[in-house]
This record gives sequence, C-alpha cells and structure tokens, in this order.
Amino acid sequence: MSVVALSRTVEPLLSVQHLTIGIPSSGGGHATLVRDVSFEVGPGVRYGLVGESGSGKSMTLKAIAGLLPRGVEVLEGEIHFDGDDVLTMSPHERRRIMGPRMAMIFQEPMTALNPTTRVGKQIAEGPRRHLGLSKADAQELAVDMIRRTGIPDPARRARAYPHELSGGLRQRIMIAMALSCKPALVLCDEPTTALDVTVQDQVLRLLAQLCDDMGSALTFVTHDLAVVSQTCSRLSVMYAGRIMEEGNVREVYEAPQHPYTEALFQSAPDFDDPGRRLAPIPGLPPSLTDPPPGCPFAPRCQYAIESCSTGSKPLVEVRHRHLSACDLADQIFGGTR
Amino acid sequence: MTTFSLTHRFRPSRREARPAARRLRPWYQNRSLVAGLVIVCIMVLLAVLAPVLAPYNPIKQNLNEALQGPSGAHWLGTDKLGRDVLSRLLYGARVDLRIGFLAVIIPFVVGTILGAIAGYFGGWLDIIIMRIVDVFYAFPLFLLVIALVFVLGPGESSIYLAIALVSWVSYCKIVRGEVIVARQQEYVQAARLGGLNNARVLGRHIGPNVISQAITYAMSDIVMDIMVIVTLGYLGLGITPPTAEWGSMIADAQEFITTLWWMAVVPGVAVVITGLGLSLIGDGLTDLLSPERRK
Amino acid sequence: MLSRLKFVPMRLLQAVPVAFGVTLVVFFMVHLIPGNPAESILGAQATPAKVAALTDQMGLNQPVVQQYWHFLSNLAHGNLGESYTYQVPVLTLVWQRAPVTLLLVAYSVVLMLIISIPLSMLAASRPGHVRDHAVRVIPLVGLGMPQFWVGVMLLLVFAVGTGWFPVGGYGDTMMDHLWYLFLPALTLAISISPVIIRSLRASMLNVLESDYVATARSKGAGGRSLFAGHVLRNAIIPAVSIVGVNLGYLVGGTLVIEKVFAIPGLGSMLIESIFARDFPSVQAVALFVAVFVVLVGVLTDVVYTLLDPRVDLTQRMNA
Repeated sequence: MSVVALSRTVEPLLSVQHLTIGIPSSGGGHATLVRDVSFEVGPGVRYGLVGESGSGKSMTLKAIAGLLPRGVEVLEGEIHFDGDDVLTMSPHERRRIMGPRMAMIFQEPMTALNPTTRVGKQIAEGPRRHLGLSKADAQELAVDMIRRTGIPDPARRARAYPHELSGGLRQRIMIAMALSCKPALVLCDEPTTALDVTVQDQVLRLLAQLCDDMGSALTFVTHDLAVVSQTCSRLSVMYAGRIMEEGNVREVYEAPQHPYTEALFQSAPDFDDPGRRLAPIPGLPPSLTDPPPGCPFAPRCQYAIESCSTGSKPLVEVRHRHLSACDLADQIFGGTR
Repeated sequence: MTTFSLTHRFRPSRREARPAARRLRPWYQNRSLVAGLVIVCIMVLLAVLAPVLAPYNPIKQNLNEALQGPSGAHWLGTDKLGRDVLSRLLYGARVDLRIGFLAVIIPFVVGTILGAIAGYFGGWLDIIIMRIVDVFYAFPLFLLVIALVFVLGPGESSIYLAIALVSWVSYCKIVRGEVIVARQQEYVQAARLGGLNNARVLGRHIGPNVISQAITYAMSDIVMDIMVIVTLGYLGLGITPPTAEWGSMIADAQEFITTLWWMAVVPGVAVVITGLGLSLIGDGLTDLLSPERRK
Repeated sequence: MLSRLKFVPMRLLQAVPVAFGVTLVVFFMVHLIPGNPAESILGAQATPAKVAALTDQMGLNQPVVQQYWHFLSNLAHGNLGESYTYQVPVLTLVWQRAPVTLLLVAYSVVLMLIISIPLSMLAASRPGHVRDHAVRVIPLVGLGMPQFWVGVMLLLVFAVGTGWFPVGGYGDTMMDHLWYLFLPALTLAISISPVIIRSLRASMLNVLESDYVATARSKGAGGRSLFAGHVLRNAIIPAVSIVGVNLGYLVGGTLVIEKVFAIPGLGSMLIESIFARDFPSVQAVALFVAVFVVLVGVLTDVVYTLLDPRVDLTQRMNA
C-alpha cells in the first residue's frame, strides 16, 4: 500500500495511454485485439494484468516490449517508459533499453531458451552487451545470478544446455537472465502457467523477492487470479481487449466493482472455501472483428440491462483509486461497501 | 474459469494465415502452375513441330558455311560442320524432352510400388528394400549413370535403363515416408479394422494421398533426367552423333567459345527454361495438392 | 562433448552393410555388360586369343559367387586390379587423383556456404519483401541449370571474357590450386546452392518465429548480433542434413566439372577410363566415390551432433 501511495506522487515508470492494437487488413474487417487500454506502473510496483486467453493482455505486454508478432500493429495510443515514447523509438534505441531498463520473462520456459547455447552464456549475453563486462566477468555474474535464484551448484548449472534442465529450473534461468542487468521493469507473460503447481509457488516467491532486491517494477500478465494476489499490489482485469476494472489487489478481491471480475472469482477455485460450487461464465467472448456496441461483457452478464448494449463504457473511478467500466457498478456493488 | 483460445486464430503464423478459401481456388488461378504449364507446353510444341519449324535439316553438313555468325539465313549461325544451330536446337528438344519425360515413368512406378510396400508392410521387407536404397544412395547420380551407360553401351535404351536403375530410390524413399504417416491416420486404421484387405487399403485409401507427393517430386525428377541426358551428351556418352542434342551441342561449341559463344549459351538456356517450367509446375502442384506443406 | 561422439564407431559399423552392397554393385557392373564382357571391354582390338586371356584374367569362367569372393578378398588386400591403360595398380591412380577431387569438393562446400548463408538471411529477414521473392526465384532457375553448362558460362565470362581466371588446369602450389579451382568450385557451389538456400530460408523463418529469438530480442539483441548469436546456428542444424544428402550430388558434379575445366581428378580419370574401356579404373573410381559418400554420411551425423546439444545418437543407436 505504501508503495502504491508513493507511486502516485512520482513520475510513473511505465505509462500506457489509449493503447489500441489490431491486425490491419486491406480487405476490411480488421481485428482489434486491444482497445483503448490505459494504465500506469510506478517504480518498484508489481502490477497485474488479468484476463482469459484472447483478452488482449499478452498483446498489451508484447507491445510494451516491442515484440508484437508480424502483422499485428499498434493502431493508436502511446506507451511511455521512463519518459520515452517506446513506440517511436528506432530499433537501435529500443535494443539499448531492452535488457538493462526493461526485461521480459516468457510463458514457455521449454522453448524460450536457445537450445544450442549453454544457459550461463545466455544469461551473460545481456550483461556483456549492456554493462560492458568482459566475457569472464559476465560469466561470473551469470553464475551469481543463478545462485541468487536458489539453484544449487550454480557454476555447474551455468554450463548446462536448456534441455538438460527441468521446466522449473529453466524458468529460474529465465528470471536470472531477465534480472541480470537490474532492469527497472520486468515484463512477465504467464511465467508460471507451464509449471507444476508446487514449482509455480516457488518461482513466484523467487521472482517477487528478486524484484524487491533489485528495486525492479513488475508487469505481470496471467489468467490466474491466485497468482496475481500472491505477486502483485495492483491489477487490471481485461476482457475482449478492454480494461474492465482496475484497482489495488486487496480491494478488488474484497469488493470487485465489475460483474466480469465477480464472475471470474466465482469460476475460479477458492482454496479457502473448497466447498463452494464453481460457476462457469455462460456464453463466449465477443468477436474481435465485429465487436458489439456497449459493454463487451453485456451478452454474458447476469445483471445486464438494455442500456448496457449501447454507448461507450469508460473506466470510471467508483471508489478511491478503484476504477470500473460498469455503468451499474454503484447499483450492483454499492451494497458491499 | 472458462478457457478458450482466441489469440491463436489471429497469430499470423504462416500456416494458419493461409485461409481455407485459397486452398479451394481452382487450378487455373494458381500462378506458378499456369506459368509452368505455359512454358512447358511451348517447349513441347516447339519439339513436336520441329520438322515444320526448323529451316534446315539438323544433321545435313555444309562445310562451306561452317562457323557462321547469326544471319538472315541462319538466325543462330552454323556449327563447325555448317549445320544450322537453330534447327539443331529445335530437333534437340525432341530428343532431350522425349527422353526426359519417358525416363521418369519406370522409376516412378517401380519406386512408388516398392516404397508403398516397404512403408505399408514394414518388417523385414522394409529393412531389405531400404538397405538397397541406401546402397544406391551411396553412388552419386552422375557416377552411377555414367558407369551404367558405359557398361550398357551407347544408345537411348541404355539411358532409360541407367536412369531407371538410379532414380527409383528417391520415389521409394518419399512414398515410404508418406505411407508410414498415412498408415497411422485414423481413417486408414479404421479401414483396416473394417476388414478391407491390404491391396484395397493401399490402393483406395493411402494411394491418392501418397501419389500426389510422388507426382510433385516427378516434376523435379524430369528436370534431373534432362540434366542427366545433356550431361551424358556433353561427356560424349549419350545420344550418338550426329543426332542433334543440347548437351553435345554445348560440348561441340566449347571449342569456339572465344568467338561463337552463343552456340554454347543458347542450348543451356533452353535447358534452363524447360527446368524453370517444370519447377513452376512442381511448386504449383505442391500448393494445390498439399497446401499445408508449403513454407 | 566428446562423450557424445561415442556413437561414431557404432555408426561406422552400421555403414558396413551399405559398403558391402556398394561392392556388390561395383562387382556386378561387369556382368551387366551384354554378351561377353571381355569381348566388349577389348572392343575393336578383340582377337579370340586376347578375349580368352582376358576372360581368364577376369575369372569370368568361374562361378559368379567365386568371382565375387575373389573380388572381395583382393579388395581386402587393397588390390583392385591393374589399369589396362597405365599397367599400374588402379588404387595408385586413385590415390594420385583423389586429393584433387577432394580439394575441389571442400572448396565448393566453402563457397556454397559463402553464397547460401547471406542470401537466405536476406530472404528470411523480410519474408514477402521484394528481396525475399528475388531470392526465392533462385532455386527455380538454379535447379534447371546443368552443372557443366554453368561451368562453361563462368569460363566464358571470367576466363575467356575477362581473363581473371585460368581456362583450365590445376597449377602446382596450393595457392595455384585455389586459383585454378576457383571457377570449378564456384560452378559446383552455384549448382548446389539453390537447394541449400531453400532449406536455410525455411529453417531461418522457423527460428525467427521461435520463442528463444523473442527472448534474445528482449535482451536487446537485434540485427547482426541476433543472427550470429541465435538464428544462424539453430537454422543451420536442419540444413546440415540437407548438405549431407546433397554432397553426393556435389561429388557427382565434380566428376563432370573436372572435364569442363580439365582438372586431373577422379572425374577426368573416370571419363578417360571409360573411353579407354579401362574397366578396373572405372570400378575403382566408383568404389572410392561411393565409400567417400558413405563416410560423408557419418561425418554429417558428427557435425549434426556437435552443432545440436540435444541430439544424442549414442542413445538412439542403443535403443
């Protein structure tokens, strides 16, 4: 909480404004994957982007990292990092910040490491390029980073090839790699989804601890609400390419201000209340090529009324620093205050 | 939580970005195929019509007019025996194209059958056939063809036989691989369990899928056969003189390359154009028959 | 690292049956000759006495199995017979000529890599761009060019036309060799590059789409450092087997190209022997080249294993 309060007063580290991402197509009917998304992440803050597959959370992250797949483009909006507009950066400038200022951890540790290069060398690559370290110094730093991720016998592990390591170890290597240049911001794309639940927990703890040690901020994309609650202090819930709700993790958990968030909670298992019945969300998300007017969740929303299907639904601050895109937030959730 | 994947539909991966509609395009909208067919048809027509089109008898010598440059009478000049180069070029197409197209038949049939047997039945049959294939693979194509043509004696039939002995192995390998994949497909398993006998399963269910691969390969194989024929001709091991043939034309011309260079260039260009046409057809067929393989 | 090469002896052992088959083919070449081989080998100079003598010398009046056994045991003693033309053991001739051909092959492989890698990088770095299309046309045209004709064309332009390179021959010193063999090697490289470019382009595109390249980008790698550090090595791995398969074609091509540039290698020996009806020499060249190709297959596996740490052929062989 104190960190969040502080972040209000200083310049945000990352500022995403009205970001719209899509696949332009000459034949009309282009798909919009992310629509008018805005949020800010302060220095040292751990920020979660939560949503189902296809909600646009990963694309948002990739746009920040400049790693959008071929054919997918930022159609509108701005992304500022450290005061610089990353979307207008030259590839050269972009490469200068990727690593030492901003780093990324990917979803699939099995495929995200170069299979033909020893992991130590892969970790050392960034420090050599950006910190100007010698080969030996960079290698030493790599071994040290591996040690800090809690892998035993780091010097030996540094000489391993990725295929010789388990998924959990590989993800630790990815974390070591991402943090090797002490970046101000670490972007994580579902970093624990591919791992066993027990390993997941260890990796998350490690990630949080190392980020704290280095003073790095975190932007964390996941579909798993439990993961966000464990890792982040603030979060946005995305649906069909839009932010539905934004707030501090505790407050969103205690009193969600959007029917979609509420439905998400009800469809996810809760370990504190194992007897509760899971309530799947009926229906399917809307088409991305031809989205319906109004609130994208309206067709599946149990509270929906006629006015939900018309007009734009901007994010509105419904409580202190707690925003919702639902017109009816006050009426539906007012009682829970 | 409901999980479904929308993102994957929009990932512009090469494979998925190819909409189904394009697969259903009729063959005549396939640019490679049409261009290839046009080129090959023109070459074949020129070959077939050579007796009509050729201004001179291709083997008639006229030593008074030897080694002339291009002129109104001889568009491409004359060779050292005074024979009209253009006429020889046209008649050469008859030889090179005929052998190229015909030579592909035996290896195609033999290789496909052996490959299908090896892939379908597996076991010791597979092992034996594939060891034989390995042995033939150890010999570079040209080496074996040259040695065989030498052993079998000069003439067209030796060339057919040599090519057949050498090039069936490629069909065998391709078809075997395809059959092994096809055999594991559910519909083939179902057909087998349904009591269809082996010949029927092979012929009706595996055949059509596999054959298309072999046909696509056959296009590049024809190119290869033409390569072999002109190379043999160049080395003086192919079609016996004085029959006009592109390879031997190039060999004859090499002597005079400092002055009459086009005599060496033109027959080669004819080979390249033919090869280009066949390659385009092959590409087009790949697109048409198995779009998912296209990279 | 070296422990991963434990498969090599085993792999060599596996090559034995193939080598055995190769000897069969080389042996039976004689028996494909229509009529009496001795007669047709002697050709115009065949007199009944000579034919009888040669028939006896070749053991043609013995049972085939015995002949083959004889052939094998001679082979085991390094005896492939005497050249009819030069009256010296053919193996001696082969050992004289082989270095020339092997140098030519190695030279072509180097030039092939110099041609193929940049071109496929050019194509793969901007798929669908004009330069990609330009590079993709190369195989269409390139595969239809007879090797010897490419050689004649290079000769025409760079030897006859500009005089930059010799018209033929081999030279005396190593520098000379490289100078004389440049055009022949370039010819072979040009003729094999289309296949390699095609496969390299495809595998580079695969690698460029891979997660680990995204990881590398997220570390600030880009442009040249990305290609050199991450793309090239991974993309070359699948291409290695393509190169391996095509080396046979390359060696076959060398035999022909040697004739174009008058290079005293195995190819010229083969063609000379054929015209001289020098059968043992033809057999020896065929045998040598085939064994070489089999060994190249083993070498391909070694390179593959060294390049890709995931490959463990030792295990696959024992399985």
